[in-house]
Amino acid sequence: MNLPALWFILIGVLFVGYFFLEGFDYGVGMLLPFVGRTDDERRAVLATIGPVWDANEVWLITAGGAIFSAFPNWYATLFSGFYLALALLITALILRGVALEFRSKDDGKWWRSLWDFVIWLGSTIPGFVWGVAMGNILHGMPINGHMDYIGGFFTLLNPYALAGGCATGLLFVLHGALYLSLKTPSPLRERSMRIARKMSRLTMVAYFGFVVLSYFFADFVNTFGIDPGPVPLLAGSSMVAVGFLLRSGLLGWAFAMTALTIFLSTMSVFLALYPRVIISRLNPAWDLTVYNAASNHYSLTVMSIVAISALPFVLAYQIWTYWIFRKRVSLHETFHY
Amino acid sequence: MTNVGLARLQFGVTTSYHFLIVPLTIGMAFQLALLETLYWRRPTSEGRQLLDFFGRLFLINFAVGVVTGILLEFEFGMNWSNYARFVGDVFGAPLAIEALVSFFMESTFIAVWIFGWDRISPRIHAWSMWLVALGSSLSAFWILVANAFMQEPTGYRKVHGHAVMNNFLALLGNPQLWVEFPHTELAALCTGAFFVAGISAYYLQKGQYLNEFQQSFRTGIYVAAVTSILVIVAGHEQAQHLAAIQPMNLAVSEALWHTSSVHASWTLAAWVDPVRQINRFAVRIPYMLSILAYNRLSGRVMGIDTLQHMYMRRYGPGWYVPPVLITYWAFRFMILMGLLMAFMAVKGVFLERRKRLMKHPRFLKLMVYAVGLPLLGNLMGWVMAEVGRQPWVVYGLETTVQGVSPTVPIVDVWMTFIGFTLLYGILGVLDIYLLVKCIRLGPGTQESPDDMGLMEVNRSEEPPL
Repeated sequence: MNLPALWFILIGVLFVGYFFLEGFDYGVGMLLPFVGRTDDERRAVLATIGPVWDANEVWLITAGGAIFSAFPNWYATLFSGFYLALALLITALILRGVALEFRSKDDGKWWRSLWDFVIWLGSTIPGFVWGVAMGNILHGMPINGHMDYIGGFFTLLNPYALAGGCATGLLFVLHGALYLSLKTPSPLRERSMRIARKMSRLTMVAYFGFVVLSYFFADFVNTFGIDPGPVPLLAGSSMVAVGFLLRSGLLGWAFAMTALTIFLSTMSVFLALYPRVIISRLNPAWDLTVYNAASNHYSLTVMSIVAISALPFVLAYQIWTYWIFRKRVSLHETFHY
Repeated sequence: MTNVGLARLQFGVTTSYHFLIVPLTIGMAFQLALLETLYWRRPTSEGRQLLDFFGRLFLINFAVGVVTGILLEFEFGMNWSNYARFVGDVFGAPLAIEALVSFFMESTFIAVWIFGWDRISPRIHAWSMWLVALGSSLSAFWILVANAFMQEPTGYRKVHGHAVMNNFLALLGNPQLWVEFPHTELAALCTGAFFVAGISAYYLQKGQYLNEFQQSFRTGIYVAAVTSILVIVAGHEQAQHLAAIQPMNLAVSEALWHTSSVHASWTLAAWVDPVRQINRFAVRIPYMLSILAYNRLSGRVMGIDTLQHMYMRRYGPGWYVPPVLITYWAFRFMILMGLLMAFMAVKGVFLERRKRLMKHPRFLKLMVYAVGLPLLGNLMGWVMAEVGRQPWVVYGLETTVQGVSPTVPIVDVWMTFIGFTLLYGILGVLDIYLLVKCIRLGPGTQESPDDMGLMEVNRSEEPPL
């Protein structure tokens, strides 16, 4: 069995899980100051992600661990190459995590507005950074013959990658707004719907803008050709569908479509890369692929057994928590956050 | 400062910080699980207030523990990419398993515990805290699988200059792991127990909330007594194993410049001069080092000079002596903390059983300060193990210097070092501020989830999606 390919798929699955779940968490964080106007409203907004955000973030930690164990070279190149970008991402995640826990532990006015701002910032940065990372991964990076990144931090901030950042950031805002309109009571629900309607157009522009740019800056054409095949086409169609469903008031379906867009777009990126995991702009022979970056067969076999036996349990209890906390949040609850 | 020095300093600061918090949360999770089991069997309003109170303190620490852990997983790749390439095949596996098996478990069930008071049965609620405790202990286990590999590599072979896993069971059966994990896990349980007992003692000596805190003092002090004795036993085992696998680490922890006589004495304290390689004013306990290393009255312990020669013959030219002063004093402080902990805990149990606790306000006051003992002990033990491992990152296979990321500019490392140190400093201040605030307010004075609105939640809801 082709274990490196299997692990490439598994890591793709972990990123899909991460972007889908933390996508709405980040969106909710970015919308916090706009949807919640009073303190109680903000606590209600946070209560929608309270029971789930921490476990959602573990999808990222697991993806990182999976890359480390299955593709040590991919892990080493990516993490040392994206050095400052990752430091920024981690700072944001650290701040956001403590902000959620600290915010309501003191009732000073300045204390709460400070942490609300930190939650907003800590959600905005990752939402943006992931798109920038995606842009750079698709565009290729200056990687030398020893698999080491030799560009600087500002190499990563090219216009194409920044467009990617806008696309993911806005997509997560839309995803979060739809989530909020499903989970919050009036008047937060109406506010979220209004934002979702406004955002859906903007998101579409950013999303398709990034797709078009990809034809020029990424080697999409080499991998996909002009006709990109079913997965990217479906990703685009689900993006278009969001707007129609929103206007028909089918919020649940609209949310399902942003979820589908995230799922299929992530899949498209992985398909566009395969079998490469990091593209060297200096020399195609220096690309990292699932083969030259992978762990040995034994290690991958062990990890496959562990992953396949553990994943069903993880999924089962995560789904169980979504089930127990499925109810719409009420403004009359006592909030933890 | 060089790239390596800076990367080491950064890793040292961030890991030590994480290691201050995490044993506390592991131990506290067990304390909460115990308290909740008692509450489940006999639900009283005091029991519930106690759970809410310690739950608040736990969650403040838990949040800081979780977020500071994220960085560590990324740091292996950011600052130590050559290390990651060299051992990722072996070392990555326990890290990935840790995330998959324990991080998901603890993060999911902590949320169920926080938000689930009125949505699940009391029994499942108590179970979810047990699962948090189990998850966090499993996480300790898997990260120590990884650490044990760095201390004593097993279950691998070298292929094209990389360490490659060839026996997963040997990785799990690593003898180092089975002395290191019990020692660390017991220390963690002890840390949480001292915290709960110490905070309870604070209220007992003030004469407030006596009903609540006598209960938690009991669960705390009994666990503290048992674990603080066991942690010494486990530590002794680990030191003996160290004598076998890393004789240099033991020699350095003893500042033993030359091989000892047949009956090796243990220096309680000495003015260690690493430049001249001598110890002045040494206070010695005869036979003690032989006992420590071999459980016998006689037995030579090899000195730094002999070992340096042996290592040069085996690994080629180089300097194989870790920093002596740090390791020497870390070892002694750890032992001191351990002994003080055992003394305090046993005395506490003694007073508790005789029902004379309330007549000893001075002891209760000391118990409050004793919260710091295991925290410092943990840190010192960690420093001894990791500094004493130098110059190796993986013992005998790769040096720390070889492991560093080759192309990351030093400016970037400075930026992240300063940034994270500042950030962690701020988090520390806030953490302590909130802990002190919650402790001052006491149980029952803060909003309790019981008081309002819960019936409405159940009525006014419509299904989502």
